[in-house]
Amino acid sequence: MGRFLAGRILATIPVLVVVATVVFLLLRLAPGDPAAILAGDAASPEQIAAIRARLGLDEPPLTQFLEWIGRLLRGDLGTSIISNQPVTKLIGERIEPTLALATTTILFAIAVAVPLGVVAAWRHGSWIDRAVMAFSVIGFSIPIFVLGYLLIFGFAMELRWLPVQGYTSIREGFLPFITRLVLPTLTLSVIYIALIARITRASVLETLGEDYVRTARAKGVGERSVLSRHALRNAAVPIVSVIGIGIALLISGVVVTESVFNLPGLGRLTVDAVLARDYPVIQGVTLLFAFLYVLINLGIDVAYTLLDPRIRY
Amino acid sequence: MRSGTARRLAPAFGAIVVAALAASATPAFAQAKKTIKAVMHSGLRITDPIITTAYIARNHGYMIYDVLFAYDEKFEVKPQMAKEWSVSDDKLTYTFTLRDGLKFHDGTPVTSDDCIASIQRWAKRDGMGQKLADFTKEWVKVDDKTFKLVLKEPYGLVMTSLGKPSGNTPFIMPKRMADTPADKNVPEEIGSGPFKFVKEEFQPGLKVVYEKNTDYVPRSEPVSYMAGGKLAKVDRVEWINIPDYQTAINALINGEIDYIEQPPHDFLPIIKKNKDITLTEYDKLGLSGMLRMNWTLPPFDNVKVRQAVMLAVNQQDYLDAQIGDPDYYQLCPAYFICGSPNATDAGFPKPDLEKAKALLKEGGYDGKPIVIMQPTDLAIVAPLAPVTAQALRKIGMNVDLQSMDWQTLVGRRAKQDPVAQGGWNIFHTTWVNVDMINPIANIGMNAKGKVGGWFGWPDVPEIEKLRDAYARELDPAKQKQIAADVQKLAFELGMYYPTGMYRSPIASKGLTGIVHGAAPVFWNIEKK
Repeated sequence: MGRFLAGRILATIPVLVVVATVVFLLLRLAPGDPAAILAGDAASPEQIAAIRARLGLDEPPLTQFLEWIGRLLRGDLGTSIISNQPVTKLIGERIEPTLALATTTILFAIAVAVPLGVVAAWRHGSWIDRAVMAFSVIGFSIPIFVLGYLLIFGFAMELRWLPVQGYTSIREGFLPFITRLVLPTLTLSVIYIALIARITRASVLETLGEDYVRTARAKGVGERSVLSRHALRNAAVPIVSVIGIGIALLISGVVVTESVFNLPGLGRLTVDAVLARDYPVIQGVTLLFAFLYVLINLGIDVAYTLLDPRIRY
Repeated sequence: MRSGTARRLAPAFGAIVVAALAASATPAFAQAKKTIKAVMHSGLRITDPIITTAYIARNHGYMIYDVLFAYDEKFEVKPQMAKEWSVSDDKLTYTFTLRDGLKFHDGTPVTSDDCIASIQRWAKRDGMGQKLADFTKEWVKVDDKTFKLVLKEPYGLVMTSLGKPSGNTPFIMPKRMADTPADKNVPEEIGSGPFKFVKEEFQPGLKVVYEKNTDYVPRSEPVSYMAGGKLAKVDRVEWINIPDYQTAINALINGEIDYIEQPPHDFLPIIKKNKDITLTEYDKLGLSGMLRMNWTLPPFDNVKVRQAVMLAVNQQDYLDAQIGDPDYYQLCPAYFICGSPNATDAGFPKPDLEKAKALLKEGGYDGKPIVIMQPTDLAIVAPLAPVTAQALRKIGMNVDLQSMDWQTLVGRRAKQDPVAQGGWNIFHTTWVNVDMINPIANIGMNAKGKVGGWFGWPDVPEIEKLRDAYARELDPAKQKQIAADVQKLAFELGMYYPTGMYRSPIASKGLTGIVHGAAPVFWNIEKK
């Protein structure tokens, strides 16, 4: 296991090198010029060229790449071309809302979806099963921004129970923190509840038909124990896989949710940086996301060994 | 049983939400202070209002910096930081004296050195500043409060330039900041204006916080456009960037914010239904759209083809598509803006499709596709390109309407290459009209060609001569005649097509005293 972990952690290095190279090249091939953006609408081509030279953007791409990699190896992600702030500082400021939203969403989605999926499988063919399946279809189909606006209309504009927008750090108190996360979490979790509930239902349904479940029931084991210890435990591997995929997918979902609820997270930082062609920020955030993806996959693989003793690395 | 549980839980959930709302309210220190929470048209990322012409940086400039001179509501230039000024009989030497009590936010007094360095840095970036620099022999410090501008020859736009209210505005900053190269962001945000920048709370693109400058000494005159006493009547102003306007308007209705600088026109009917929200048209000159052709590439290197385009389009179509509500737009036949001293309809082309078709034929248009760049992410600019495309199709032009984001357009329009190598034929943009009110300030009138010109690069020495004559002229009546001559020639040659004027009101709740000016400023505003 130790060798496996060490190997997987070492394997992140070539992954990050490939990601860094591809992102750098794609950005240089993409249209747009941060110098023109910095200079503003009334700038002349000469003024834009002067800014480009000062930023080093007129250097050959290979020179720029080597300079960036050199800084990266020293732990320096560079400085934002537009705001002149260190990229690490920008990411540090923005990571908390994104992590908070991702965590509450995944926890809420698991807490709701797994029981729903298990109950749907247990009562296969009943109205509960059909209701869960119908919810899954709707949850998959409804766009995140539509659901967000509907929840804002209901809970913020009509009932006035919750704020429309904004984020309060957990350092300023748990209640204000969680109050501002309720609507974004509900919005973002619906699609994950739909996804996880469907997989849980299918997986548990399959295990409920296994011989060992029939044996357990024949031995007089209670239904709760049959479902939790025998069916769900053995159905857990595909469920954990889909949760892992869900966490990875969250990053794209977060972009829309952060915009609708005005959360100052990494999603908005990424969109703003792309629109402004702020190369160092895009590169830094993409590397961070790639690193997180690798970590999530590693976490899932480790979870497999805990859930299924037959899996060994 | 389940419904009974739900009934029991409902009040508990309600109580949690109420408690959470109470706890999530603004921190106690801010409650004691009167704070305006404003959503501006964009997030502030670049804090140097000289390095960029982005209007959000200009707005930030007005919060923390002050200016030597400012326009009043009659477009007359009035002293602001200056106590008084005079000009010698030969019109070659201007002498300026600063008001008493001017201090930067770090406590140091504002001196002549600071003013000279700030103006010299501004003059490296701004078009009117560059023109002023061309005529400048030297800036001379007399003492800490008095300095002189010595000209090489009389120049008619000295005060107009120093009072320039928009684009790059000549804000005064400490000399140590103004000594920063003009293409590099200043390292600090220290001004002498009515509000102070709170650096610790600045989050680029997200949030900017300003606090009242209690040391500021306002002028005694009442506020008038950008001139007069700048009285900060609230303790704190927060600019919060909410990128989704639907969310911003919901937040305004719910009282989470107080002010939206530019709600899109589509939302105005919804806003008007809410009696608590006030719409204020703060800028009577408003904004304008522009259709710009690339003079360096076929077919618009031919004047007859440009003239055909000028006759094929009309402002009404653009404004209907762009704004829709006639309450917020105005047809305007003036390059130098209706309502300004240089307004005239000289040479404005009246739509004539038959004549346009004939001119196109005379111009030898060969049917090659015209690349029109459309920035789909800018709601106010995006509708202009399809209107132009349809007008050109009507006269028989082959149009290639290419959608892209604004920053791609900004990068591509700087290319002077042929279309096949990434060049372009037409783009559209919009301007704050106060930046367009004379032939020098109006960037579309720059006719210097590929070197020193502006995108599209018209090369017309006659227009440059007229612009020079305008700059040298000291008599306003004669200046107006020259401006009319510039306009007539520019329309004839197709410098650009103005797609019409429009206004974007501020939406606010619980605020009074919003200043009618060239920029959204926060002095004079009171919060209930």
